[in-house]
Amino acid sequence: MPDPTVVLKGGRVVDATGERAADVLIGADGTIAAIGADLAAPRVIDAGGCIVAPGLVDLHSHLREPGQEDAETVESGSRCAALGGYTAVVAMPNTTPAIDSAAMVHEVRSLGTTALCHVAVSGAITVGRAGEQLAPMAEMAALGVRIFTDDGTGVQDNRLMRRAMEYASGLGVRLAQHCEDSALAAGGHMHEGEWSSRLGIPGQPAEAEEVMVQRDISLARLTGASIHFQHLSTAGSVAMVRAAKAEGLDVTAEATPHHLALTHALCAGFDPVFKVNPPLRTDADVAAVVAGVLDGTIDAIATDHAPHVQEAKERPFDQAPPGMLGLETALGVAVTELAKQGDIDWVQLLALLSWQPAAIAGLTEHTGALVEGRAAHLCVIDPTEVWAVDAARSASLSRNTPWAGRRLTGRVRHTLLAGEPVVVDGEATR
Amino acid sequence: MTHLLSVDDLGGASGIEEVLRLTDSFVEVSARSIPKVPALRGKTIAWLFYEDSTRTRLSFETAAKRLSADTMNFSVGSSSVNKGESLRDTARTIEAMGVDAIVVRHGSAGAPHRVASWVDASVINAGDGWHEHPTQALLDCYTIRQQLGSLEGRHIAIVGDIKHSRVARSNVLAFSALGAEVTLVAPPTLLPPSVDTWPVKISNDLDAVLPTVDVVYLLRMQRERMTESLLPTLREYTAFWGLTVARAALLRPDALVMHPGPMNRGVEIAAEVADLPQSLIIDQVRNGVAVRMAVLYLLLGSGAELGTTAEERVRA
Repeated sequence: MPDPTVVLKGGRVVDATGERAADVLIGADGTIAAIGADLAAPRVIDAGGCIVAPGLVDLHSHLREPGQEDAETVESGSRCAALGGYTAVVAMPNTTPAIDSAAMVHEVRSLGTTALCHVAVSGAITVGRAGEQLAPMAEMAALGVRIFTDDGTGVQDNRLMRRAMEYASGLGVRLAQHCEDSALAAGGHMHEGEWSSRLGIPGQPAEAEEVMVQRDISLARLTGASIHFQHLSTAGSVAMVRAAKAEGLDVTAEATPHHLALTHALCAGFDPVFKVNPPLRTDADVAAVVAGVLDGTIDAIATDHAPHVQEAKERPFDQAPPGMLGLETALGVAVTELAKQGDIDWVQLLALLSWQPAAIAGLTEHTGALVEGRAAHLCVIDPTEVWAVDAARSASLSRNTPWAGRRLTGRVRHTLLAGEPVVVDGEATR
Repeated sequence: MTHLLSVDDLGGASGIEEVLRLTDSFVEVSARSIPKVPALRGKTIAWLFYEDSTRTRLSFETAAKRLSADTMNFSVGSSSVNKGESLRDTARTIEAMGVDAIVVRHGSAGAPHRVASWVDASVINAGDGWHEHPTQALLDCYTIRQQLGSLEGRHIAIVGDIKHSRVARSNVLAFSALGAEVTLVAPPTLLPPSVDTWPVKISNDLDAVLPTVDVVYLLRMQRERMTESLLPTLREYTAFWGLTVARAALLRPDALVMHPGPMNRGVEIAAEVADLPQSLIIDQVRNGVAVRMAVLYLLLGSGAELGTTAEERVRA
């Protein structure tokens, strides 16, 4: 056993195998050295009253680098992630230029080497995310990229999407789709419905998402490929994914914290902080997404952390870019919202936030069982702390959080990345 | 009320009625040989127009001058907006010059609301995207009230491109607040989504609606709607939803015809119909000045409550 360096003392260990009261001892090699009672190490980190869990894993982060370093960098985004309990994030490829080649994968990965969490890179499905020709997925997969997406847009061309699925299935990688039919959604800046109608803001109908979910389920059936649905936001989408899973298709899905809680009524003040894609929808959609999370239709809660500079979010609603911060608040929002449905099942909640997304992203170090020898990617959560979100204190370079001023229950106290305490008592250590 | 961003800011029928009553005083002022009162002397009003406008701009300008306010024009075409200045910076810059009110027209819904959140000055919405045009609704209410005494129980049909119309949104709120029954008449592609949540009836058949209305309110049909697959042709629109001479014959003799302008004669309204005696299009423009005087006075006046006190002040 390597020399112990740190012990997480007095916590309740919760992982895929269940929960037990235990200390967690971390070795100098950054792995878990022991889990048990009365463990000791030179450095003691208090986990009293807290949950000690596998580090959270985000399937959907926009780190904005390269191209929009004024909004976020890999480093600043990773600091948000660590503060939110994340030890791994999947960086979306809609950077400038897009991550659509081996060179770009190298570039972003190298930016991630000093980050406060593991930065996994997703690749684009098509060159430049333009939806016209396949990106060199095999070349990127050879570097370890396990998930491909044109996120920000969906692949519109049915034939191209079919080919992408066939090609990807041969590589053992997963395609992830931002489901949005661009013709149906064209010009829409919020959910099309009662509020868009009243506010005179052009809307995009739920069907803009649903027709692409339906198409990709059909293509998954045709090709046998796996498909991951990003940020599902409508009741219809959740129902289709539930049916596809029942049919035995290899489909997975994520939902964002904001689609678990916020509705289009928030757009009434015309503040673009509530503009996001897919848009905030109706109460019925929120209820359906929550139900999908609770019944296993939705496999992961993913943040879609999308920083935008203040100036961009001060444009009129229809000119402002869509997107919201999410990494620092995801756990608190999930706990706060799901607690409304009954007592939190922490194993289920952490599955949604940690090991299930890790499995979808192919992150083999982020397994669900905390055992000796597993990399010490951990987070320590105070499940009862109530805190108010202060946008000014965010570690992001941007401030576009829809949760500003809200009170959330459940806060990350410590985060350890390969045994290194990168967040202690709610503060980043570097 | 600090701002007038939406008809809803007026607080329903009583607030609208107060503006209309105050408008009566300003109609009287406008009829004088020297149609000017010192009510807003020393107040400064800025026009912040991001969209072209002739009648609304001129109407507000005339209203302000008759109230003796100073005005300044922030003309977007020749301003720092062309150098990339943000709406927020522009609004705060104008306010720093010491203005009491900013009248905003913008192509984006909600832009005046955003301006109002950044400045202490009063903000008046002079039309924002598809959202609202509250002073248009007020002048329309005033014009109908002038002819019919009241809107209570009257049947008003709004015809045309409801979906993209800020005039329609404000008028639906105002007409229904004052007790009118509103029917929207348009092809389904030009109706807003979820229109079933609005306090209106819906029809696609203008011929069936016309004999039952006290007022038919026509909206401008824009040519770009053809390119968005909302309508096959303008000709077809006119044939089915235009107020042609033949169709105008279906109206009751005392029914009124209104239009916010600018008109496309021969498209949504036949030239002969626009010029009929029961067409109120010129009255609307005339009343627009008095209504805007009332709104400016309400927001920038001494702060006295509306009603007889305000009227007395104006007459003094």
